[in-house]
Order: sequence, then structure tokens, then C-alpha cells
Amino acid sequence: MSAQIFAFYLFAVSCVAGGLFTVIARNPVHSVLWLILSFLSAAGLFVLLGAEFVAMLLIIVYVGAVAVLFLFVVMMLDVDFAELKAEMARYLPLALLIGVVILMQLAMAFGVWETAEGVTLADRPDAIAGGGDHNTDALGRILYDKYFLLFQLSGLILLVAMVGAIVLTLRHRDYVKRQDVLAQMYRDPAEAMELKDIKPGQGL
Amino acid sequence: MQSGDLSIALPEIILSLFAMGGLLVGAYGGKDKLASLMLWVTAAVLVALAAWIGFQGAGTATVFNGMFTDDAFARFAKVTVLLSAAAVLLMSESYMIKRDLLRFEYPLLIALASVGMMVMVSASDLIALYMGLELQSLALYVVASLRRDSVKSTEAGLKYFVLGALSSGLLLYGASLVYGFSGTTEFAGIIQAAQGETPVGMLIGLSFVIAGLAFKVSAAPFHMWTPDVYEGAPTPITAFFATAPKMAAMGLFARVVHDAFGGVIGDWQQIVAALAVASMFLGAVAAIGQRNIKRLMAYSSIAHMGFALMGLASGTAQGVESMLIYMAIYVTMNIGTFAFILSMEKDGSPVLTIDALSLYSKRDPAKALAVLVLMFSLAGVPPMVGFFGKYSVLLAAVDGGLAWLAILGVTASVIGAFYYLRIVFIMYFGADESELDKGGSGILWGFLMASAAAMVFGVFNLFGIEGPAAAAAAALAG
Repeated sequence: MSAQIFAFYLFAVSCVAGGLFTVIARNPVHSVLWLILSFLSAAGLFVLLGAEFVAMLLIIVYVGAVAVLFLFVVMMLDVDFAELKAEMARYLPLALLIGVVILMQLAMAFGVWETAEGVTLADRPDAIAGGGDHNTDALGRILYDKYFLLFQLSGLILLVAMVGAIVLTLRHRDYVKRQDVLAQMYRDPAEAMELKDIKPGQGL
Repeated sequence: MQSGDLSIALPEIILSLFAMGGLLVGAYGGKDKLASLMLWVTAAVLVALAAWIGFQGAGTATVFNGMFTDDAFARFAKVTVLLSAAAVLLMSESYMIKRDLLRFEYPLLIALASVGMMVMVSASDLIALYMGLELQSLALYVVASLRRDSVKSTEAGLKYFVLGALSSGLLLYGASLVYGFSGTTEFAGIIQAAQGETPVGMLIGLSFVIAGLAFKVSAAPFHMWTPDVYEGAPTPITAFFATAPKMAAMGLFARVVHDAFGGVIGDWQQIVAALAVASMFLGAVAAIGQRNIKRLMAYSSIAHMGFALMGLASGTAQGVESMLIYMAIYVTMNIGTFAFILSMEKDGSPVLTIDALSLYSKRDPAKALAVLVLMFSLAGVPPMVGFFGKYSVLLAAVDGGLAWLAILGVTASVIGAFYYLRIVFIMYFGADESELDKGGSGILWGFLMASAAAMVFGVFNLFGIEGPAAAAAAALAG
């Protein structure tokens, strides 16, 4: 068993296991952590396929942003997960049925899959634009060279969207108290505080 | 990409850099205290760029891997767009200050919208087309609801946004079909695929693209947003909507049908002709019942778009030339008319009903005369310049073999003359004395008078725009 095949089974098993435990974990925070494991294993599978750019996207976008967002939601919002779990138990038979149907459809599709004559499936798709060997390189070439104008224009569109959101929603209210760091630092303790000697048993 | 590519698109780059720099200065500098200065500087930059592009000389260059074309057509449209944007900016200053709407982002959003419009008229690729269109539209959605405490203004912005998103969806759907059947997003490739017997899928795509574009030029039956948005948006913004974006969208329309589908003129000609007929009649009939002058101008602009589309429908270089001349005249007339609408005030607050103009000729004879000239010109009464605009599109339609369209156009024009002449009637033979404020801003007065004078003195040679327009049309459809 070569290292590549070993790595594939390792990632595949941990990906499926991560997915399973995401569903059945009791603690919702653990669920999100299992989900992150599943994402990471999927990223590993993409690397094995030679799609390292998608793997990076998966880690940066899904693990870095989406999963953290989930964690925030789980921790900040008061969601009754026990009730949700009970709901899930009720629909489990239906979900299993649908899962089995999809699995059978996939198996049937795979069973009758035939390529046209003279076509051989490549182990690993070639880079799109030629030149570089890595698809990150190829994507970069397309995005920053061929589509340079469009890339910059989409940047301008996002800028307009941001300016628009600020113009339409930002209000300068005078009564809002804002922190003024310098004013806080240069406050004189002698003026800000006053010590009084109060005799026991008497109010101010 | 080479530095040559960048130098062709230098006006767009300069304008975007100016807008970004302006945002920084505004944000870290004096915020809205700088707004007036920013407005004047933006207008100056727009005029300077227009002059530069106008005198840049001849030639056609396609850069950025065939996505961006700089030719005589693009230059003509860009000069019109930039000059009208600058004019509207200058006209809006006093109105915006009075209503406490002058924020430093406003001129910069107009500048960014102008960048979008410049990309639109230069686009020679479906993706570049969409990018330019969205850049322009997004900035317009924001300025439409600039008066965010007013229900009408926010409604205008929201309606414009939702319907604009819908039309973008139609356009994208059509564009994806065109891409699917031609295998390329470049106009140069599409025109090779769309020759002779075109696949049905391509034609469906073409129809959807035209529907999306018709929404942007507010041609009937895709006009529903226009009256509400025109009425709800602050008046200077309405003036902007009625001028520069219309020119840009018509330019884009002409570019798509000629650059990408020039081989199947017969296929899109019928669609454009139907849009033209519907717009002319709807604009002429629906405006009759309007007493609000902004809504009236909305229907008027729908009717005018119908006439401009009639020129385009002829499918010839002459048609494109007449469309460009018509649009340039239309933009000039609208700037003058909106300069007058902006100056319609009673005790300092704006008045928008046409009944308030009753016997305005006694109150301010000079302005009333200027409005009379503009209304006659909008209606197409000879010897005003507006007549020559209509004449050139009618001639193009007849020469293009669409005599029936020209006859319908004349009929719609006669119906439409009613509401323009009614304004003149109310001004000169109304029942009671108008109570509108006298005087007003000198800038508005200047634009009104200049526009009216142009409508009278332009009859000699149309200020020489025929030559550049012919060159522009030759670059596109020659």
C-alpha cells in the first residue's frame, strides 16, 4: 500500500467519521469541531486529487470563516439543542430512507458509467491555461492577467457597495458617547477622584 | 496585459483613482464640510476628461484581451455622458445644500457611476458589459435613496434596486445562453457564431439580453419603475437619471446589437421596433394624465427612448448616427428642463405640480420663454432642434425600410405634443397668477438659458455634432 493510497483512506475515513459524529455528538460545540475535522479531511482529499487551490479555499473559507461562525452561533445564541435532537430522532427513518435511495442511485450511475471509445480518463486534470503546473498558478494567470480588467471592475463594484451601505445607514448622532483615549489618559486623578473620610454609621 | 492596454483605458483609470482619492480625503478630512468643494472638483474632472477624450483623435483599439474597445462610437458616448454628468452635478449643488443632502460621497458616487457608464459604452465582451452595467446601477440605486428619511426616496431606491436586480438576472440568463451557443463571451467571437441560420437558443439569449437592456433604457414594456423612481428620487438625481445613464444604456444597446449581433439584423430588428412602438405610444398617452412634472418627465423620457430605439431599429449606420444625434439633443433638452424644475420653488420649498406654473409668463417672462422653447423642442415642433432629432430618426427608419414604424412615430409624436403644449398653455394663458419664487440660483438660470439657446441656434449646424456622430456610427456599423 503506497503512501498515497494510505493517505486517501485515512482522509476518507476521517471525513466520513467526522460527518457522522457531527450529527450524533451530544454537545453542539463538539459537533462543530467534528465538522471542522470533516472539512480538513476533505481538504486533504482535494490535495490528493491535485486540486490544491480548492483545498486552500476549503480551509480558509470553510474552516476559517464558516465553522467559526457556527461556533459563534452555537455559543452566543440560546438554541435548545435537546429539542432539536428530539426532532431529529422523529425524522430519522425518513432521512435514512432518502439516504439509502441516494446511495443506490449513485451505485447504479456508477455501475453503468461508460466512457466513449478512444477516451481515457486522466488521473489528474491538466492545468487549464497551460504554462504552470499548479492549478493555483493557472487560476492566478486567468484572474490577474486575462481577466485583469474584470477583476479590477469587480473591486470597484464592491467599493461602491460599501460606500452605499455607509451613506445610507451611518448617522452621526451627537448624543452617542464615544471613547476618547487621549482624554482618558490625560485625566488628572486629583480632579477625577475625591477621597472623603466618612465616619462609621453616617451617610454622606 | 501591457502598459498599452492601460493607456487606452487611462480616462477610466484616472476617474476611478480620483473617486478613491476623494473618498480618502472626505473620510479623513472634513467629511461633509468638503462636499461643495468635492462637487466642483468632480465636475471639473469630468469636464476635463470629456475634453481629453473628445480631442484624443481617431483610431480604434481593442485591449484587455478583447474586452475593452476604444473607438469613435465609445468616445462620442463618453463625451456626452461625462458632460451631462458634470452639468447635473453643478445644477444640484444649491438644491442639495438646501435640503441638507449634500454629502461628500454624492459627487464621488456620480463619478463612480460615470466610470461604469464609460465601461458600458466601451465593452466588447459580455462580462465587461455586465460589470460596467452593475457598477453604474449600484451607484444609481444608492443615490436614488439618498434622502433616506423620506419614505418616497427610499421606496424609489428599493424599487429601482429590486427591479434592477430582476433585469440583471434576465440579462445574465440571456448572456449565458449566448455564451453557451457561441462558446465565447467576446463580441468578436459571438458575431462569427451568429451568422445566417442562428440556433434557436442563441435567439432566446438575444431576446433576454435585449429585455435586460430595454429595462435599463426604460423602454416599454419594461418601463414600470421609471415614474416611481423619477418621482421619489431627489430632483437633481432624477435629472441625472434622465440624462447620462440613458445615453450610456443606449450606447451599450447599440454596441450589443451591432458588435455582437450585426450578422442577424433581421432577428433583433423586429424586437427593437416593437419596443420603440410600445415606448412611443405609452410615453405619449400615459403622460397626459400626469400633473406632477417629474412623473410627466418620466413618461416623456420613455417616449424619447422609443424614438431613439426607432433609429436603432433601422439597423443601418445611418440609424446609429441618428440615434446618437437624437440622444445628444435629448440630453441637452433634459438638462435645461430639469434646471427649470429645480428652480420651481414656493417660499423655498419645491413645487412639482404643473398647475403652479399658471401665468408664469407674467411672473418671469425670460424663463417662461426659455421653457416654451424647450417644450416646443421636446415636442418636436420646427424650427427647434428637437424637430431635427426626430426628423433624423424618422429618415433613418424610412431609409431602413421601416416606413410603417416612421408613420407610427409621427402619430405618437403628435399625441405627445399635447402635454408639452399644455405646459406652455398653462404658463401663458393660465387662470391665476403663479406664486412661484422669483430669481433662484444663477447656475440653474444659466443652464436653462444655455439649453434653450442651444435649441434655437443649433438649427444652423447642430453645433457640428453630425460629423463626430457619423464617424461614431461608421466605427460601429460601417
